[in-house]
Amino acid sequence: MQFLSAGQIVAQALAQFWPVWLCLAAIFGAGLAFRGRLGLFGRLFHSGVGMAGLGLVLFWALTAVFADVVAVHDPLAQFGAVKRQGPGVIDPVSGAAFLFGADNLGRDLFSRVAHGAQFVLIIAPAATLVAYAIGVALGLPAGYFGGRIDAALSFLANLVLAFPVILLFYLLVTPGVRETAIPNAMAGVFFLFPLLVAGGAIWLRYAGRRAVLIPAMAAVIGVGGWLYVGLVFAPPGPFVTLAPNVLNIFAAVVFASSPGVFRIVRGLTMDIRTRDYIAAAQTRGERAWYVMLWEILPNARGPLIVDGCLRIGYTTILLGTLGFFGLGLAPESPDWGSMINQTRGFIRLGAFIVLPQTLALASLVLGLNLLADGLREQALRD
Amino acid sequence: MLAFILRRAGAMALTMLALSFIVFALVNLEPNLRKLALEQNNTRMEAAAVERWLTENGYRAPLLERYGAWLGGVVTGDMGRSTRFRAPVAEVLWPRLGYTAVLAFWVLVTMIPGALLIGVLAGMREGSATDRSLSVFAIVTSATPEYVSGIIFTVIFASGLGWLKGVARAGAPTFDTLALPVMTMAIYGMGYISRMTRAAMAEVMTAQYIRTARLKGLSFRAIVLRHALRNALIAPFTVIMLQFPWLLTGVVIVETLFNYKGFGWTLVEAANNNDIDLLLACSLVSVAVVLTTQAISDIGYAALNPRIRVS
Repeated sequence: MQFLSAGQIVAQALAQFWPVWLCLAAIFGAGLAFRGRLGLFGRLFHSGVGMAGLGLVLFWALTAVFADVVAVHDPLAQFGAVKRQGPGVIDPVSGAAFLFGADNLGRDLFSRVAHGAQFVLIIAPAATLVAYAIGVALGLPAGYFGGRIDAALSFLANLVLAFPVILLFYLLVTPGVRETAIPNAMAGVFFLFPLLVAGGAIWLRYAGRRAVLIPAMAAVIGVGGWLYVGLVFAPPGPFVTLAPNVLNIFAAVVFASSPGVFRIVRGLTMDIRTRDYIAAAQTRGERAWYVMLWEILPNARGPLIVDGCLRIGYTTILLGTLGFFGLGLAPESPDWGSMINQTRGFIRLGAFIVLPQTLALASLVLGLNLLADGLREQALRD
Repeated sequence: MLAFILRRAGAMALTMLALSFIVFALVNLEPNLRKLALEQNNTRMEAAAVERWLTENGYRAPLLERYGAWLGGVVTGDMGRSTRFRAPVAEVLWPRLGYTAVLAFWVLVTMIPGALLIGVLAGMREGSATDRSLSVFAIVTSATPEYVSGIIFTVIFASGLGWLKGVARAGAPTFDTLALPVMTMAIYGMGYISRMTRAAMAEVMTAQYIRTARLKGLSFRAIVLRHALRNALIAPFTVIMLQFPWLLTGVVIVETLFNYKGFGWTLVEAANNNDIDLLLACSLVSVAVVLTTQAISDIGYAALNPRIRVS
């Protein structure tokens, strides 16, 4: 068995990421040049922690975008000759190099890690976004009106929060649940919230201005409805659909993280509703939902953005947990959690087989946490 | 105070009832029942025979009636029979919980003092070099989930240095088998708790009475130990108590990772083997732990902080 030297491995791995480096350089160059005009995002470039976090997150986001270019091999292709061989092994049959070595089935770890970024970076932000829509739609009235609405919604949120996440997943992400209509029903309810929040916000602000209202509403109903129908009912035709197991995971992750968002939004609303500008809006005779969506929500954006970053990181950990327990994901799926699960049994042969995916996951979550820290630091300067 | 505690207990009982019903319904879904029938008899049984077996064994009674029967059993101490271990659930569950209690004890004993120390040291001089390096440590550890840090520690301490063992044995705890699971869980929780402690400490250090103490000429040591610490430790108390759901998830991950056959391992076995009664019992225990710690956190917060008035 022939191996590349350590220097060659590093050089080739770095070279494989060329589109990522190129885009990173472009974004950071532009960001540094125009940081004065970019608001909160621009101010990130004043803090070392924020820049480090942004760099890590962008690195993985760009890897997800360019996964097909970065990867050397097909992430599912098995090369029998190089099974469990260390980094830099060269396949005697095809002559191709395996930069980070091959896993227990002879699949290229480097390519699998690159493709694994795709799964995480699509599901985690999307699930967080939907969880935010739910948390906002329920947390705003709970904090604004208080009383019975608050008591009922808080009770519901506490019900979900009383489940240890792992138990929730073992109950909700199972083949048995997928045979029933539960995942589709959950998705059907959850995906309504983004539509309601976006549609409601537009209606409340532009109801009097037809020129804006009609195209904006048409866009929300058209695009949102198209996505909704595709994701929930998965009909044949030109729709965006999710595989049943991915939909199951998506619904479970949204279910697990929306009560947390609810609590934060509720707390912020209770704080902000005592401000003078809210009293001014109320005196103007604005409707309650207008005050919530157009006065309170924009003023709560700082803490919400910071929490959103942390929450995407936490969702990444949750997705890894699902993979680690082999819940809901196909065994050959190249997501980081499943890879950790499948390779950890071979740790005695050498650490190389499990380290790439563990370090990838840890670095993405670390990046999101650093980004959140940088944003918090900069947001506090206002 | 008594009324407050009673009201909390009432809300807790209600939550427990609602949650146990949800779990009961989810565990007893139609596909799970059919799978159970096939597993208990033979896998090539026909649909009609499955139906007959389910009816004969009472699985076809209305859900509420079966839930009532199960609840009655739990209250009197009968939690059913485990199909995976072929023994009554109580015989499987309690010893396993004991093993996990040993693990959890060592985790708490190492995690809490460590986290508080780090948080206080970082928070007493905000912005100092100590503060910044400890904050970085806290961010890094709380960004590394147990299934990542556990593997990295195994690579370093078991495969690399050979000091510790990568497989733990429940029931016979020794230092070299228990150290890795405890370390993995303690370090993950430490990050979060120490960040909260740091924030509380930093806030207290800017308070008026600390300035007064300083102006009185008290030493920095006396200010921190006698004046700041007491007020700064109220918030971490709540945080530590609310950490228990995470701790439970951590237990499941770590016990699977290190093959420590405690409560978490049992939960995974029950779920993977469609062991309905055992999974129900495990869920009940975990939910009870979470709700109890939440209630202790609320009551303790009110008791520790004289500024909170319970009505």
